[in-house]
Amino acid sequence: MQVLLVLLLLLALSASLYQVGRSRALRAAGGRTGILHSLPSYYGYYVALWCGIPAAILIVAWLAAEPTVLRAMVINVLPAELQGLPPARLSLLINEVRQLASTGDYRFASGPETKAVAEQYRALQGISFKAMVAGMLSLGIAGGAFALRAVRPSFRARNMVEGAVQAFLILSSVLAILITVGIVLSLLFESLRFFAIVPLNEFLFGLSWSPQMAIRADQVGSSGAFGAVPLFTGTLLISLIAMLVAVPVGLLAAIYLAEYADPRFRAVAKPLLEMLAGIPTVVYGFFAVVTVSPFLRGLGASLHLSVSSESALATGIVMGVMIIPFVSSLSDDVICAVPESLRHGSFAIGATQAETVMQVVIPAALPGIVGGILLAVSRAIGETMIVVMAAGLSAHLTANPFESVTTVTVQIVTLLVGDQEFDSPKTLSAFALGLILFLVTLALNVVALNVVKKYREKYD
Amino acid sequence: MTEMVEPLTASVTVAGVNARLRRRYAVDRWFRALGVSAIVAALTFLILLLGTIIGQGYTAFAQSQIRLAITFDAAILDPDGRGDPAVLGTADYGRLIRQSLETLFPDATERAQRRELSRLMSPGADLELRGMLLADPSLMGRTEEIWLPTSSPVDQLVKGHTGRTAEEGGQFTDGELRRIDRLRSDGRLAARFNKWLFTQGDSRQPELAGLAGAVVGSFYSLLVTVLLSFPLGVAAAVYLEEFARQSRWTDIVEVNINNLAAVPSIVFGLLGLEIFLNVLGLPRSAPLVGGLALTLVSLPTIIIAARVALKAVPPWVREAALALGASRLQMVTHHVLPLAMPGILTGTIIGMARAVGETAPLLMIGMVAFVVNVPATPVDPATALPVQIYLWAASPERGFVERTSAAIIVLLCFLAVMNAAAIYLRKRYERRWG
Amino acid sequence: MSNSDGEPVASAKIKVVARDVNVFYSDKHALKAVNLDVRANEVTALIGPSGCGKSTFLRCLNRMNDLIDGARVTGTIAIDQQDIYLKDLDVVQLRARVGMVFQKPNPFPKSIFDNVAYGPRIHGLAGTGAELEEIVVTSLKRAGLFEEVKDRLNEAGTGLSGGQQQRLCIARAIAVSPEVILMDEPCSALDPIATAKVEELIDELRQNYTIIVVTHSMQQAARVSQRTAFFHLGELVEVGDTEQIFTNPNHKLTQGYITGRFG
Repeated sequence: MQVLLVLLLLLALSASLYQVGRSRALRAAGGRTGILHSLPSYYGYYVALWCGIPAAILIVAWLAAEPTVLRAMVINVLPAELQGLPPARLSLLINEVRQLASTGDYRFASGPETKAVAEQYRALQGISFKAMVAGMLSLGIAGGAFALRAVRPSFRARNMVEGAVQAFLILSSVLAILITVGIVLSLLFESLRFFAIVPLNEFLFGLSWSPQMAIRADQVGSSGAFGAVPLFTGTLLISLIAMLVAVPVGLLAAIYLAEYADPRFRAVAKPLLEMLAGIPTVVYGFFAVVTVSPFLRGLGASLHLSVSSESALATGIVMGVMIIPFVSSLSDDVICAVPESLRHGSFAIGATQAETVMQVVIPAALPGIVGGILLAVSRAIGETMIVVMAAGLSAHLTANPFESVTTVTVQIVTLLVGDQEFDSPKTLSAFALGLILFLVTLALNVVALNVVKKYREKYD
Repeated sequence: MTEMVEPLTASVTVAGVNARLRRRYAVDRWFRALGVSAIVAALTFLILLLGTIIGQGYTAFAQSQIRLAITFDAAILDPDGRGDPAVLGTADYGRLIRQSLETLFPDATERAQRRELSRLMSPGADLELRGMLLADPSLMGRTEEIWLPTSSPVDQLVKGHTGRTAEEGGQFTDGELRRIDRLRSDGRLAARFNKWLFTQGDSRQPELAGLAGAVVGSFYSLLVTVLLSFPLGVAAAVYLEEFARQSRWTDIVEVNINNLAAVPSIVFGLLGLEIFLNVLGLPRSAPLVGGLALTLVSLPTIIIAARVALKAVPPWVREAALALGASRLQMVTHHVLPLAMPGILTGTIIGMARAVGETAPLLMIGMVAFVVNVPATPVDPATALPVQIYLWAASPERGFVERTSAAIIVLLCFLAVMNAAAIYLRKRYERRWG
Repeated sequence: MSNSDGEPVASAKIKVVARDVNVFYSDKHALKAVNLDVRANEVTALIGPSGCGKSTFLRCLNRMNDLIDGARVTGTIAIDQQDIYLKDLDVVQLRARVGMVFQKPNPFPKSIFDNVAYGPRIHGLAGTGAELEEIVVTSLKRAGLFEEVKDRLNEAGTGLSGGQQQRLCIARAIAVSPEVILMDEPCSALDPIATAKVEELIDELRQNYTIIVVTHSMQQAARVSQRTAFFHLGELVEVGDTEQIFTNPNHKLTQGYITGRFG
């Protein structure tokens, strides 16, 4: 909240410097605004930008560096016996100190030392904050003053301001690239740490997955097993079931809406179908748990089949329903892109509607439909909440849809929710799974988007 | 006619062609029926899903309450008589409730019966009385008829979710059932509007668990997301559509954005965990970080929507502006952007509606903590609406099934409002270029 | 209004009879009370300025107007004395008897062979694979395309040149052995050499089929047709032998159009 106030203060400073810059330009023109290169407001913007941007960069850098610096300072003043704590305990202590310092309420401090350290931390924070505000104000004013010196009628303020805006535009579009690079680097970095502990081929080809590391070295089953094959098969099994539901239903629905339905029915049914896509996946997960799974279990029992309450079947069916609108709207797009002349050619020979659809329209639309299905597969593989809620936790290597299986995304969530230790293979393995997930979905997306793009170009 | 006209070969007869024609029409009818049944199946599932959720959830908007005559007895609450809020804050309000119940049921004299009496009420009833007194100290010494929440088992019994007898899964003794029936016939026990659902944070007690914390957490996250992803997304789209020349570089950016839009959201969660928490050291479980993670998720969607909207503005608008001597930036800000804005806003709202329901990235950055307090700022620990649904869905108590469904109804209402706004914008400002 | 309308010609058999045909698209009255007889084994050209209703009339003859929402056809059209707008008439069979070639070549995205085999397959015209092949080869030969494509029957039909594509579409139409072939400006998307080939083909096909061709090129009408009908603003103005229409039209409008005063 304080930071917000500081930013408002900076905004106010910039706004007043805008006025100063603008009136300086008007004065320099001496009433003949025509001799100014740019409109007076551009001179104002120029000054305001020179005031605001360096100061804002200072604040961001300060806030980013502050926790690290304060942490180092606080560790330095800790009593010797606390300094010697193992890193994990030390982190916990620092967290407690930060918590206490942020509220300023020391009643629940775990000991007198922590209270003392927390008070010190809070004092340092106060100093840091004052220093930051002072730095921001002086930098802002200095920047503004520097810019004011440049304000002359011949000065091309508009070009400078537009240059700054364009730089912002370019940075924004580069951000998309940076996100991808960030994903790759952060996943790769943690994964490499993981593969330093667990060999890559054991991870990729191992048949047993039980990542719970022993708390004590002598505990039974003390070393975790990190063979991810059961997770891959589980993911594939659930995705396969989902696609078996979503592809036929989605495709048939799309064909009916595009080729058979009259416009009024289409206008009602299409948005209703798309409502299925608008429902958050956590809702599907809940529905799978409370309704579909018990129903299938009961149905199985009446047929003397043993169906797990976390069966891959229930999870896959619900996921399939979630993907129906995805398949149907992508297929609808490509089917509608098939030129009308092909349909007329077929009808003119005396084909029925079904023959036209199956033998002319669908083959013509096939590349686009396949692209859409690949995108849907990528979505099924990456879907998280439905499987976290409805699928199992323990890894079974099975192809039986009535049994419980676990998936890559379920394991990522299970491994990372709760306390994380960034030096245990348990936590790090989540990033290795994330890397695999990212690479697989990326490959699917690249292929699918290319196929769809080629298809669009063909009929545009 | 010449003999050449008949390529119909001898093996094909007229009767054969007619039989075939009937088959062909049968196939056509089947195909059509398949299409209809696919749509019917999908819509049936939709109705089933919404029906189940509403059927299970609507009862959570009411809460069983008991009207008790409560005497705010100064001897119990404030023996020193100084009105010190610290004393009033920790006083034994449970005793006021027990006294009131015991006057209602004077026959309950044994220890076990008295324990049964206190099982009627929710622990939240004490907090309710405390809140009333702290808000209005003049209540001290007065006796008021007050509606107070029952415990969850009583609530579930009143709503008919659990049976009365032991065979039906009931957990009440005959004495308790008699008292509950008497309260109902006296008009002292009734299901009334559940205000706690909207004013309380999370709780381990289903009857006290509310959505306020989650709604505020979602609001802060979304605020951060909008403030970041809207300007950044529009800026990126403007650059790609209006400034950048087609080149290898823009191709890479374009392919990259399309791919990001299809990356699983949990991967963005991993990125958020690594960058925002591990590298930048931002607080865990904070809506600020949740909003940052959701920004990563929604940015590609908004860029794509904004580009589509900018593309729809016809080129003559740009030419006209440039021909008058406007700079490229002036052309964009004065002419192109205002015309594209309805489309951009529609896309943004739809992107935000997706972000509201997004759960997985929030789990990654730790917004799954059990948080009782309603967050006051975007850096306080909080959950979000979909995460609250996830947490409640994992709670075994019967009362939480109802709460979960109610939370889903609230979430779906938010989504419906946002989508309706998007549709309205599109309908109202849609422009057809002739 | 049509002076030489329905004029009985003893020598030629009448294949198609249209009486009082009106077409409405929603509110628009696109074709007004048209009466026209089409003789068997002749080429009849429909000419007139764009929007005059000539294509609309053509599309009535195989009921392609059924595919347009809001289109309504009144009056009677008979082929071989059989009304094609009867309620229980089977459109699929009708379209097998009345083939159509479109303005823009529209081969299916399939191989050349499959393009031609499509019709015979769906109608079950071939009992065996050998018969099917025979039909395909015969149709391609009649369309004058066989020699050019005989070595690449399995390549995509969309890979052919524009003129070849149009002849492929003609072969596709011939393969179901129709009696009438409708052509909707079949050469408008083709270059002059390809146009010449298709025109030559139309003239040859006349021996076996009744052909009705819509064209906006008067030279083409003069070159390929025996009879010509002139449409204007949804009305049939005049119909007669091609030679007579082009040398000595009865109607002022016809004269204006063929001399290029409007169009």
